[in-house]
Amino acid sequence: MTLTLDGVAKRVGADQHLHPLSLELRPGSFNVLLGRTLAGKTTLMRLMAGLDAPTAGRVFENGKDVTGASVRHRDIAMVYQQFINYPAMTVYDNIASPLRRQGKPADEIDRKVRGTAAMLRIDPYLQRLPAELSGGQQQRCAIARALVKGAGLLLLDEPLVNLDYKLREELRAELREIFSDGKTTVVYATTEPQEALILGGSVTVLHEGRLLQTGPTSEVFHAPLSEECAAVFSDPPMNVVEAILTNDRVALADGTNLPLSAHDRNLPAGPCRVGIRANHLTVLRRSDRLVPIRGRVELSEISGSETYVHLRHGETTLIAREEGVHTHPIGSEIQVYADPDRILVFSTGGQLVAAPHGRRGLLRNIA
Amino acid sequence: MDKVQDNRAWFLIVPVFVIVAFSAILPLMTVVNYSVQEIFGPGQTLFVGTEWFTTVLADTRLHDALVRQVIYSLAVLAIEIPLGIVIALGMPGGRSAKTSLTLVLLALPLLIPFNVVGTIWQIFGRGDIGLAGATFRALGINYNYTSNSIDAWVTVLVMDVWHWTSLVALLCYAGLQSIPPAFYQAAKIDGASKWAVFRYIQLPKMRGVLVIAVLLRFMDSFMIYTEPFVLTGGGPGNSTTFLSQYLTQMAVGQFDIGKAAAFSIIYFLIVLLFSFIFYTVIMRTGEGDKS
Repeated sequence: MTLTLDGVAKRVGADQHLHPLSLELRPGSFNVLLGRTLAGKTTLMRLMAGLDAPTAGRVFENGKDVTGASVRHRDIAMVYQQFINYPAMTVYDNIASPLRRQGKPADEIDRKVRGTAAMLRIDPYLQRLPAELSGGQQQRCAIARALVKGAGLLLLDEPLVNLDYKLREELRAELREIFSDGKTTVVYATTEPQEALILGGSVTVLHEGRLLQTGPTSEVFHAPLSEECAAVFSDPPMNVVEAILTNDRVALADGTNLPLSAHDRNLPAGPCRVGIRANHLTVLRRSDRLVPIRGRVELSEISGSETYVHLRHGETTLIAREEGVHTHPIGSEIQVYADPDRILVFSTGGQLVAAPHGRRGLLRNIA
Repeated sequence: MDKVQDNRAWFLIVPVFVIVAFSAILPLMTVVNYSVQEIFGPGQTLFVGTEWFTTVLADTRLHDALVRQVIYSLAVLAIEIPLGIVIALGMPGGRSAKTSLTLVLLALPLLIPFNVVGTIWQIFGRGDIGLAGATFRALGINYNYTSNSIDAWVTVLVMDVWHWTSLVALLCYAGLQSIPPAFYQAAKIDGASKWAVFRYIQLPKMRGVLVIAVLLRFMDSFMIYTEPFVLTGGGPGNSTTFLSQYLTQMAVGQFDIGKAAAFSIIYFLIVLLFSFIFYTVIMRTGEGDKS
């Protein structure tokens, strides 16, 4: 289904939950809604689903205006953070319920239920009640129920957030495959930049009820149009430092000089802000072009098999990434290396001026 | 493995043991003790074995009271449980002044002492000065709870419904409030009807509180004493003499301590049996859809 949102907005009382935004989702596309808590992801999904009517703007399904149409007349399915299944029905009956409502013949229902259950690997538990399943299996059951309906639009509102880490990774890896039937338009809300990157497709970044940017996921990640967008799409948060751009270098506020690179050459001189993602601020010196920055360790945290070092550098705290598990005593001196070829240059107003890759020739004047 | 045995640990359970002994075991054992003796006066007793039990079980007045009691309790459940559920479903949700007002109104009957409830209905139903009684009389309906046994029986039942349906409604309301809104949204997206939402979401989610409601209402109504005692004194005839009133007549009125003790034990076992049956049936019902 092609879902088109034209200037939709949602206001509740005096609160503007969603500022006017327009968006078009192509049939069969996989769309991630990325934003922190209270960014408006759920609000937007409820508008897409027709659970709420927008206070302004219009919603179109395949070009047909469905603004304000009851959710009963919409062709959608939804999966929630909580594991929503009918508590008194078996897994089989739960998955079969949308098909029975559609009045499908019994043999087709049976075939579809078993097929979907097998795809989600809950076929051994068809005769159990949801309460007798683990959290991960309950969510698989809910996803199966949504999938089997064959709706044109499938909405997933942070479906993995209540699962533990291991299950989340496992199910996430399967999801892309499960949803790639090419017909269903999928919308997937998440707070985690990592999840958006793993799932791929295209991403729409929301922040405080505003649409910041939308586009193919890797493109948005590599060239976020604003500092705000980069901040939402970075985990840990991107390091941002004040700098002066001259015709031969980028002079950071602390006195560190970064040589110019392909993407930030030929920019007009003047003040700017430089964004360095944690993975481009490394402890290991991988090449001679990397520029050393010294600081004092404030915190060193281990995430998976990586270490994030928070270091005090002048007035700011920088976060550097280190491969592998390391411990750095708090207060010790450390030297990290910034990669001048990977920095993002923003105007003093926070708009993107230059991003590495330069594929889209993102060159703009500094305000 | 060598484990050091320290028997002083037993001292730690002494307080619990003492409390349970004095609050439950000793009183119960006293009743058991009475039930196997003929008591003539202080210190003058005669062991009679199970004689009291056979007498009690053969007592036709008791049979009548038991039948009356079972019908009454089942009627109470049959009215109060569905009515409570319907009221709970109709109550406003969320945090509004309307919600608070509804809750307070519902809680009001629960705050009134039993004997006061009896007195209220005694006056309410009187033909000369009571609102209900006078209204019936004005409508030409011959209603008199002191002389007509059906009228008396119905009045006791209506009184209980008035007094206790709120409890069922409040319990069900609590159960309904604990259902996350996402369930209703999901049902809406599925296109489920109101009945389907009730049958497949609300009812299963209320099962836990319904067990409590059924058990509480059953046990309470099965042991009802004060209200019919105040309203009708068990009459007319024996039409509203329920088990506990018959027991009191026996123990306090006739001072048949031994017989009353045997009766108490049988009474207790009946309550236990019914409660067990209700509990088992309700807990199994939800899973009945399974096979």
